[in-house]
Amino acid sequence: MADDPVLNATAAAVPADALVETVPPEVSPLRAFWSAFSENRGAVLGLAVVVFITLLAIFAPVLALHSPIEQFREHVLLPPVWAGGEWAFPFGTDAVGRDVLSRLIYGARISLGIGLSVMLVSVAVGIVLGLAAAFLRGIVEVVVMRVMDLVVAIPSLVLAILVVAVLGPSLTNTIVAVTVVYLPRYVRLVRAAAMAELSKEYVVAAQVAGVGRLRLMFVTVLPNCLAPLIVQAALGISDAILEAAALGFLGLGAQPPTPEWGAMLADSREFIRSAPWIVTLPGLAILVTVVAINLMGDGLRDALDPKLRRS
Amino acid sequence: MLVINTKVVIAAAMLTVLAAPAYAAKTLVYCSEGSPENFTPALNTTGTSFDAARPVYNQLVEFERGSTKVVPGLAESWTVSDDGKEITFKLRKGVKFHSGVNGFTPTRDFNADDVIFSFDRMWKDTNPYHKVTGGAYDYFNDMSMPDLLKSIDKVDDYTVKFTLTEPNSPMLANLAMDFATIQSKEYADMLLKKGTPEQFDQIPVGTGPFSFVNYQKDAVIRFKANPSYFLGKPALDNLVYAITPDATARYAKLKKGECQVMIAPNPADIAGMKTDPLVNLISQPGLNIGYLSFNTQKPPFDKKEVRQAFNMAIDKAAIIKDVYQGAGQAAINPIPPTIWSYNKDIKDYPFDPAKAKEMLAAAGVKTPLDIDLWWMPVQRPYNPNAKRVAEMMQSDLAKIGVNAKLVSYEWGEYRKRLQQGEHMTGQLGWTGDNGDPDNFFFLLGCAAARPGGQNLSKWCNKEFDDLITKAKTISDVAERTKLYEQAQVIVKEEAPWFTIAHSVVYEPTRKEVVDYKVSPLGRHEFYGVDLK
Amino acid sequence: MFRFFLRRVALTLPTFVALMFVTFVAVRLVPGDPIEARTGERGIAPERLAMLRHDLGLDQPVWQQFLHYANGILHGDFGVSIVTKTPILHEFAILFPATLELAFCGLIFAIVLGIPAGVIAAVKRGSIFDHSVMTVALAGYSMPIFWWGLLLIMFMSEYLGLTPVSGRMDLINYYFEPVTGFMLIDSLLSDQEGAFGAAVAHLILPSIVLGTIPLAVIARMTRSSMLEVLSEDYVRTARAKGLSPLRVVGLHALRNALIPVVTVIGLQTGTLLAGAVLTETIFAWPGVGKWLIESISRRDYPALQGGIMLISGIVILVNLIVDLLYVAINPRIRHGG
Repeated sequence: MADDPVLNATAAAVPADALVETVPPEVSPLRAFWSAFSENRGAVLGLAVVVFITLLAIFAPVLALHSPIEQFREHVLLPPVWAGGEWAFPFGTDAVGRDVLSRLIYGARISLGIGLSVMLVSVAVGIVLGLAAAFLRGIVEVVVMRVMDLVVAIPSLVLAILVVAVLGPSLTNTIVAVTVVYLPRYVRLVRAAAMAELSKEYVVAAQVAGVGRLRLMFVTVLPNCLAPLIVQAALGISDAILEAAALGFLGLGAQPPTPEWGAMLADSREFIRSAPWIVTLPGLAILVTVVAINLMGDGLRDALDPKLRRS
Repeated sequence: MLVINTKVVIAAAMLTVLAAPAYAAKTLVYCSEGSPENFTPALNTTGTSFDAARPVYNQLVEFERGSTKVVPGLAESWTVSDDGKEITFKLRKGVKFHSGVNGFTPTRDFNADDVIFSFDRMWKDTNPYHKVTGGAYDYFNDMSMPDLLKSIDKVDDYTVKFTLTEPNSPMLANLAMDFATIQSKEYADMLLKKGTPEQFDQIPVGTGPFSFVNYQKDAVIRFKANPSYFLGKPALDNLVYAITPDATARYAKLKKGECQVMIAPNPADIAGMKTDPLVNLISQPGLNIGYLSFNTQKPPFDKKEVRQAFNMAIDKAAIIKDVYQGAGQAAINPIPPTIWSYNKDIKDYPFDPAKAKEMLAAAGVKTPLDIDLWWMPVQRPYNPNAKRVAEMMQSDLAKIGVNAKLVSYEWGEYRKRLQQGEHMTGQLGWTGDNGDPDNFFFLLGCAAARPGGQNLSKWCNKEFDDLITKAKTISDVAERTKLYEQAQVIVKEEAPWFTIAHSVVYEPTRKEVVDYKVSPLGRHEFYGVDLK
Repeated sequence: MFRFFLRRVALTLPTFVALMFVTFVAVRLVPGDPIEARTGERGIAPERLAMLRHDLGLDQPVWQQFLHYANGILHGDFGVSIVTKTPILHEFAILFPATLELAFCGLIFAIVLGIPAGVIAAVKRGSIFDHSVMTVALAGYSMPIFWWGLLLIMFMSEYLGLTPVSGRMDLINYYFEPVTGFMLIDSLLSDQEGAFGAAVAHLILPSIVLGTIPLAVIARMTRSSMLEVLSEDYVRTARAKGLSPLRVVGLHALRNALIPVVTVIGLQTGTLLAGAVLTETIFAWPGVGKWLIESISRRDYPALQGGIMLISGIVILVNLIVDLLYVAINPRIRHGG
């Protein structure tokens, strides 16, 4: 949710040469990565949970017992089975009789969808702007980086709310707003990594050999900047999910009857005394998902970043 | 070092929870909802702002605490001329304005000059205060005072005469509303001389039971008892408003004794409050209505039968149960049953989806029918959760082959677009200002059906409009009642609205609070309240 | 050093100007109207709407409004709130101490718990303590704090009855005029017995909620930075020489390990000042974040643009100071960066 200084700091602190020689040449890079990644039990656990939630999201129509928007008026505010509810509604029902479990499962689609969309868009835009700043320098760099400074200076939630207020509350606009908020991280990261690469011999060699600028940017330099970007992207998903949930909580995200987790929480807030499960469960869903993604992200970083792995 | 300090501090904090100091004064804390805009009611439109100024001020006539009955305030008595065009008020003598607030010491008692000044400020741009603090006198204008008033004259120091352009029976009730508050001319003059007129609206000086002490935005408003209040010193020594926007937190504070009275509980908490041994739960039917309006200018809602079918398709009882959670009663007529002239003989449409489906087909409506259904983004006194109501309606309508798309906008924008008639069906409601039936019926009149008017159904029925127009000019209550009862029959048959509910206002207080009364007008008043 | 300072400050100026422009434009792009937004069910007649808009200067061309606004800011005038008609600077001055106090306490909470936890976790790497600290830190870092705040209120205040629910002071037993706006200081100045304790008690939960994410960040940062330092040669040498582990950690490692942590704390300060929006909303804390959110829904243009300018300005300044401090303690950066 907050700007992530750990990552920024680490990304900045890692000497650029460490990033290039991630992998010894003899072993296949994927296998080397996997052996490093699987050393970390937490990361594997995180990955397992993420895979599980992703499967839930993909197969939601098959797995969910009910439609997420169908209202069972006879079964309003039913407690979960372990608190004396019915097996037909394992996690109970909400204020208008919708099945909480089905809503949570469908909600996974939305939250993961938001996280992924924000990540993909920010990575794409971040790469273009970051590389442009690093390669073109001059006025382009100044403008891009000052704009990013500006975005960072405005309190992130206030900025997101402002963007949603301008565009109108909807799922798509939530994605736009969260992307705007998180874009500077990616731009700064790509630029810093690319600048470090630019002074390397292989780039100079390519330049001398007459490789075109676009090719140099995207084919020669970009692949060598990917490691920190992948780590940032993985962790960016979790931040995006949190930020979107906060917007949903303030009533500015997905519109009814969409089962977005943050909006479910906001809708059920008044029941915190009389029906605590409908407040607790969406919060837990957010927490578990975000923890899992962060665990996986930590594992990615350790695996892709030999300097930290060594310790 | 830092660690140790923190520990000490936390320990100290825990101790204070146990050992509250002996404090003899009676302090009542009221958990309110938000910050006031300022402390001059004439400038404001929200209940929050009115509540914040109310302890400080009086009006010429006032609503009796806990009812809509008009009783003497700063005026001891009044007489209405035979043609109904002149109201003469005899003012109370010996009423003192608060002394010592913002360096002001009154040199004279309250008199007719203060009355003239207070109304002139709203009415005449020659008044030096007319433009101060934005100068938007919404209520004064909304209640058509500039059209209704011909003149306000000082007959002598303790007599004021209001001359009207036409007889108007709701006028006295209007003058009991907050916007008609009487402020001190002497204080106004002093601040003008000092060059700080804007303080007039921020540091209030009035004649009321409590005088202003201090206000911190978004945190707290503090008042203390006015020992020379003309109805006697209040039982409370201090009155504090703790601004707490979240209803869950308000109840938690009430439970812990951080406040003793709270506004607007969560409907979901009411069942728990009823059994809470610390809490007295007082209720009163609210003077309001929440409704779903059908835009009669957009087909198929131009057909009466379609509107009736919709009335049968929506499960009102379920909405009352699941959204209002008991804090509401099903609405049958466009006015709440607590207002005189309510027609008890009218029966509501039954909930009958099968019949509704038939009627739609008979009216030539092809299903699936796509419509929009608007819900307001804010909680209102008459509707605790418009979003949930909309979700339930959407689900009910789906069963008769109607696909309702839910639509919402930011509150100001929402209301404006509804009033322009951009919706097909949309939720809104109304809270009564003064207890007069006309204050509700005009919502369905032809004058309000213009684009931008408050008649959201844009429904103009000649027969109905004649009845309510006639009723407004008559002062005989029995005669007016007859006309209004007839008007309600027409509304039910024509069904321009799906009337949802009249909310029941619940106000929890702690057991030690004595004689707190819930106002049907949604006011919160603390004169007359005591602590055990 | 001085040239570096000048360059950094010079770079900040255009950001301020752009900020002024962007907030102004963004605020006006929000659909809706401040006058419509404050009107209830009754609505407003078009003529009166036009008149009120004219009084507020909202009927002028936008560029003219901007010039007026920019001119005001250059003279230190941020305009007047449309809702309360109070000068923005005045409102900000009342609300900011509350935000600052909360941010300060949240940060203290995060530092006091985060650094020792990180250090111990690093020293006892792989132990149960290490695992639990890292698990808790990860959970804290992933916490939806609006949810966390609600749960804490329900559990700590309502169920256990340990802490006050919301607000800044016990309003029944204490009253004193605000002097500085900082409740901790004002309560001491008031000389009322127990008032300071009450102020602290009211700060506990909001500080925990606000400090949760920084706590997690600081603990993780401290641990990884500490691990790195512990593996450096000089530390190994010191250990080999037989220095007591406490001395090694305390004297040699900690000092070096803390440099990146200080940066993180600096960055968190900015985030905390600006990021208290949700915490303030949950705890009815009369601060700047809540005010900004409310200004958006009320379409209070001056409050919104002035508020964003002020709070962003402060964040920029804090970050600038952090940068300069960082350079001061770590001169290597100056040439590289």
